[in-house]
Amino acid sequence: MIAPVHHVTGLTTIVRERLLPVSGNVIARIQQKVTTGEVVAETRWAREHVLLDVARSLGVSPATADRLIKCQVDDQLPASAEIAMGKGLFPRSVRAPREGRVVAVGGGQVLLEVGESKFELRAGMPGTVVQVIPNRGVVIQSSGGLVQGVWGNGRIDSGLMVNLMQSPDSVLTPYRADVSLRGSILLGGMIQHAESLQALAELPARGLIASSIVPSLLAKAREMRYPIVVTDGFGSVPMNSAAYKLLSTSAKREVALNAESTDRYSGSRPEIIIPLPTTSEPPIPSETESFAPGSQVRMRCAPAMGRIGSILSIKPGLTTLPSGLRAQSAEVKLDNNEIVIVPLVNMEVVG
Amino acid sequence: MPTSIVTGNSLLAIDVGAANTRAVLFDVIEGEYRFVASGVAPSTAESPVRDVSEGARHAIQSLQGILKKNLLDMSRGLILPSQPDGSGVDSLVVTVSAGSAVRTLVVGLLKDVSLDSARRLTESTYTRVVDFISLGDHRKPEQQIDSILRTRPDMVVIAGGTDGGASRSVQKLLDPIGLASYFLPEEKRPAVLYAGNGKLAEEVKSLVGSLSSYLHFSSNIRPSLDTEDIPPAESELAQMFIKIRKKQLKGLDVLDNWAGGHTLPTAYATGRMVRFLSNVYGSQKGLLSVDLGASSTVIAAGFKNKSVLKVYPQFGQGENLPGLLNHTSTEDILRWSTLDIPPATLVDYLHQKALYPATIPATKEDLVLAQSVAKQALFLAMQSAKRDFPRDAAIIKPTLAPLFDPIIAGGATLSDASRPGQSLLLLLDSVQPVGIATVILDQNNLMPLLGAAGSVNNLLPVQVLESGAFLSIGTIICPVVSAKYGASILKARIAYENGAEAGVDLKYGFLEILPLKSGETGRLTIQVGRGVDIGFGLGRGVKGLPISGGALGVVFDGRGRPLDMPSDPVRRRELIKKWNWSLGGG
Repeated sequence: MIAPVHHVTGLTTIVRERLLPVSGNVIARIQQKVTTGEVVAETRWAREHVLLDVARSLGVSPATADRLIKCQVDDQLPASAEIAMGKGLFPRSVRAPREGRVVAVGGGQVLLEVGESKFELRAGMPGTVVQVIPNRGVVIQSSGGLVQGVWGNGRIDSGLMVNLMQSPDSVLTPYRADVSLRGSILLGGMIQHAESLQALAELPARGLIASSIVPSLLAKAREMRYPIVVTDGFGSVPMNSAAYKLLSTSAKREVALNAESTDRYSGSRPEIIIPLPTTSEPPIPSETESFAPGSQVRMRCAPAMGRIGSILSIKPGLTTLPSGLRAQSAEVKLDNNEIVIVPLVNMEVVG
Repeated sequence: MPTSIVTGNSLLAIDVGAANTRAVLFDVIEGEYRFVASGVAPSTAESPVRDVSEGARHAIQSLQGILKKNLLDMSRGLILPSQPDGSGVDSLVVTVSAGSAVRTLVVGLLKDVSLDSARRLTESTYTRVVDFISLGDHRKPEQQIDSILRTRPDMVVIAGGTDGGASRSVQKLLDPIGLASYFLPEEKRPAVLYAGNGKLAEEVKSLVGSLSSYLHFSSNIRPSLDTEDIPPAESELAQMFIKIRKKQLKGLDVLDNWAGGHTLPTAYATGRMVRFLSNVYGSQKGLLSVDLGASSTVIAAGFKNKSVLKVYPQFGQGENLPGLLNHTSTEDILRWSTLDIPPATLVDYLHQKALYPATIPATKEDLVLAQSVAKQALFLAMQSAKRDFPRDAAIIKPTLAPLFDPIIAGGATLSDASRPGQSLLLLLDSVQPVGIATVILDQNNLMPLLGAAGSVNNLLPVQVLESGAFLSIGTIICPVVSAKYGASILKARIAYENGAEAGVDLKYGFLEILPLKSGETGRLTIQVGRGVDIGFGLGRGVKGLPISGGALGVVFDGRGRPLDMPSDPVRRRELIKKWNWSLGGG
């Protein structure tokens, strides 16, 4: 059975594709060194359109209106620019209600694109641009530690990481947010109070790494201007021991948070990257493995959700679980030495 | 040995689901088609593999392990047709439900007429409606354009204009769609299905043809104001869905190529099978199929003159689970629970399960949560589907489900339940059937695969169905009645083939079973009290009704319709436990 891999690794080569949602301009160049927040590509699109019915406004036929229209597709018009003028002693005119670009003319109508906005694609991690994908984006390579999460609020930033967790099951409380933490990325534990998120916003913090978050706080977390990466799940889930060990021993280091949302189809996941200088390229982690005795695994649901363990043996055939269901399962020794039987579909390999 | 009336062709059917991919082999055994075996593997539509053909190969490999013969060659291609050494298969069909719901813009002239028909049409496949546009839409055309650009539909379904009716209004609706498509990058332009006034086909082609990724035409779903004809458009929509999915899911083109183009949406294939069954076995009652899958809940019903196919991604058991709370409350989900579970635990469960839809409940608490969620999702799906059942369907009360017989249940949540009693209670609680019906569990989830197989071999589904590949749970008797708890509502007696008899005095609020094994038949006599209806009219019983047995036998549900649940949570949990025990659900 294919085992999906959850990356928690101290040193690896990280290669990530960063793409614009629609085509645009790629700013970064090949071999350019980029920082986490650096813009690598940008695009513009219009948020709104204005349709001007010239024929109706002037009281003429669409064909006549087309002859009276003075602008062409791609003309950039200031507000109040004259678009067409009727005939007669006191001719009526049609003017652009707002500044905009002409995107279509025909049938006695003019369509304007107004309120253009800019989308900037950030690198999301420090590294070197190893490939430029024309009009779409770049591929960036870096080396260092990598911890993948399960939920992110869509923001990106980097900074020095400060550890506020005493243990994997620490809860982030608002009073921990003192002024000395301003501009830091915080290793915070479980998020159970909206006040904790607000306190970090007021510092302001550069980012938050949490083990879990109460679902009712997800909307609030999305509003925060700083990135939030949740490593393990929803509710009160302690941080998995592998991530806790790597992150807590990396305190005072520069880390990058790319809190992009999980998309199971594109493969995007929120990530924490701890850049490390290397003399040679460490291996790229594999995306799939097989379950085998000795594999380090992470539990995806109860029992022992989020816990790390090691497969002792794969049980032959189907095993009846405490729920009464039958499934291909493994005997797993958890990090607290407890031995549990877990269906293979409820685990992922950690590596 | 019966004389073979078939040519001995084996057929492999692959179902690419959101959580699992299954490979099922049908072959000729003793002259008739049989379900031989199935192999299952996790679906690979998602990251990290992102190639559905990989999951299919793994499922086939799992099947090879059971069959002890090769279906894949050295380069992991399907051996097609079968070889003299016994390897390979003769044909392949594919069904697919994996992938996010297709974002759909529904366009119709009149809100309560063509727009409603177009909405009903889109509910026949895996869609999520992102916007509606009709003549009654008060937005300006530019606001409609902005909405289309913002919501980025994958598909536009257009209905409107009776055959021979006015055309200018339809053109007015098409303008913003054409303009918005023009502004979208070519690769993001939506596919368009036009199911309106056929005379406008050429104009539609010129207005949106060059601006859509695919343009499909079907016959008018609303040929006149009082006629609706959706099935032909469902077939076009199914084809368009597969084209969209081929763009979205890597590897589906490989499977479709192996299958020679015989790829169908899983729900559509189920709908085909239900239509077929209701034509073959149809009675005055309707035929109901429910499928609780990870990507969606599918309700397919066949009646004398109409079939209804409803796909509800919002009630799926996978990635859409947190969204379930937009349609219901934690209290309503937990009313089905036998354990005292805090609402916050349920909310955490929904979010966690959405992250990993393929996980299975390993603990008792997780199973209770999974089944409570499944019950409420199916309950909501049935409530939604009920609105579109035909008005002339046989009913006892307009507010209740129509009379169905048989009821066929599939999907992992139902077929994986550890005991048939758990599956039956799930159905009784959520579907709340009325009257007398046979309940069949599609334990190998064959319904869609047989529906797809029917497109290449119409004998196969019939012979497989009659071969016992489905598990009959038994016959249910669900009287419509309201009474005091413990009051006697009916007396029943079953006469077995061997001359023996057994009887039951059903009391309100109780579930009772009379044994009748699979393959056995009996004759059922029921005397009902005043105010009790079992489908023959108020206070009317039945004498010597032939019934067939099943894994549970004959099950009497005396809990009333709509199901009467105590409001006191402690009492309610006690009762649910008792009902579970009554059905051997544990």
